[in-house]
Amino acid sequence: MKRRLKGIVVTVILSVTAIIFIFPLILTVSNSFMSEAEISNNYSMIGSTNSSGTSNDGSTDNYAKLKLIPDVVEIGQYYEVLIKKSQFLLMFWNSVIIVVPIVAGQTIISSMAAYAFAKLKFKGKNQLFFIYIIVMLMPFQVTLVPNYLVADKFGLVNNYLSIIFPGIFNTFGVFLLKQYMEQIPDSYIEAAKMDGAGQFQIFFKVILPMCRNGIAAMFILGFIDNWNMVEQPLIFLQDVQKQPLSVYLSKIIGGERGLAFAASSIYMLPVLLMFLYGENYLIEGIQHSGIKE
Amino acid sequence: MKKIFKINGNKLAWFFLAPSIIGFSVFYAVPFLGGLYYSLVSSPINGEFVGLQNYFNLIKNPSFIKAVINTAMFSFISVPLNMILSLCLALLINANTYGRNIFRTLFITPLVVPVASVVLVWQSLFDINGVLNGLITSLGQHPVDWMKTEWARAAVIIVYLWKNIGYSMVLFLSGLKNIPVEYYESAKIDGANSWKQFTNITMVYLTPTAFFVFIMSIINSFKVFRETYLISGDHPHSSIYMLQHYMNNMFASLDYQKLTSAAFVMAVFIVLIVFILFVIERKINRMVS
Repeated sequence: MKRRLKGIVVTVILSVTAIIFIFPLILTVSNSFMSEAEISNNYSMIGSTNSSGTSNDGSTDNYAKLKLIPDVVEIGQYYEVLIKKSQFLLMFWNSVIIVVPIVAGQTIISSMAAYAFAKLKFKGKNQLFFIYIIVMLMPFQVTLVPNYLVADKFGLVNNYLSIIFPGIFNTFGVFLLKQYMEQIPDSYIEAAKMDGAGQFQIFFKVILPMCRNGIAAMFILGFIDNWNMVEQPLIFLQDVQKQPLSVYLSKIIGGERGLAFAASSIYMLPVLLMFLYGENYLIEGIQHSGIKE
Repeated sequence: MKKIFKINGNKLAWFFLAPSIIGFSVFYAVPFLGGLYYSLVSSPINGEFVGLQNYFNLIKNPSFIKAVINTAMFSFISVPLNMILSLCLALLINANTYGRNIFRTLFITPLVVPVASVVLVWQSLFDINGVLNGLITSLGQHPVDWMKTEWARAAVIIVYLWKNIGYSMVLFLSGLKNIPVEYYESAKIDGANSWKQFTNITMVYLTPTAFFVFIMSIINSFKVFRETYLISGDHPHSSIYMLQHYMNNMFASLDYQKLTSAAFVMAVFIVLIVFILFVIERKINRMVS
């Protein structure tokens, strides 16, 4: 009896916390189906500089209203974003052009390097890995000037490559996969060697298949992170037509609130689908990267 | 054919590492060291060598000092808080039999919510005319301009926690799953209560996981700048003016000397922290095994 009560209490605590956690997602999606009039009725007071609540009479008319269920379900915002504003689709495409090469390149290069760090012996391994970790920890601003100087030197400023290259060589993937590969028992490698497999066969036929979850996790995390990038394109891409959707979204928030809800719902869709489809890989992948035997 | 592949181990390692190291050197390491040059001259073009002058100027600069203190404060509060809360959540989920996987999914969802949505929701709730102030005034209190007072710090910490607790929780859950049940059983036989079991078994065997969570928490504590920047711009309330704001603004005003010297100061701090962590981890690992 006591045990059951405890179970109920824990479930209630977890449920309340979970609702808070997914609230922004629910709000964005539900508000994207409201009409423009409803949105402006609910949020028009936001962004004005002075407080409207000087009359302390308990009236809430002057404050934004939180509504999760639209009066009438409308797809007007989506129509506006997808059909009438061609800019939106262009920016969406820009995001794809930047993000896909980054994650693809990162996957190949990180898994190779991680293999060397996890399973091969060479001089200065620990020191080199230490440097990788340090660079991984640096916030974007620290590597900003170096990245900018290199881009400038290679004539890459205002070119997608100025963002794609540093993204590909980001060391986070190496860190994540190294942790993951360390868990694969050496006996597998020994067994493959006994069967006459060369190092490349071991890498492609033994290690990579076993790291499926870790690679998927890296892919999903990298996708999310780069899909949301704001600072890099603002600095490296002066041409507004080249900016990804993340930058565009961060700019439309002020004026066109309704559109922003619809646009960020669409924007979220690829990531959300990837997350729902690959959730188990993601969780398995990051779980195994956290344990060292 | 097989013979070609039989290179000695060392060379082979370098083959696998080469693409990563070359890219890493070209895009990070070498230019970063090159940045050192900018921190030692008086001007980026035809500047004179001034030694550590830029660094001295930096230490005397009040907005730099403020940025350092704010960044340190933020990390000291938010990283441990993230670790404690995600551990608690992991323990709760671990103890709970209902809907374990659903909860796990829900808690990790903030990872995929785009920054733009975070900002939209944030404004709706915490604007001076936002929902929260509506609630407060309806209770007869005065509205608060959240992002323009000391509350802004709490606000940034909340965004950070919301976004990162799920990820850390998943890591802790796997750490918990890997502690053999027999340890607890034999501890119970020896009469250890649940607190003793927690401190002597759970805590000890979670150390490697905690180390990983710590590193991830620090990386992500720097990333919350993205949200902060979009919510409150170049010059936010002084309590959330971070090193990244400082560096961003120096970049905008083309003051590379200040920017690179600040970057090096930050790098030195990070090296120190990671180094200390490694030493601690090694000691604890030795204790456990």
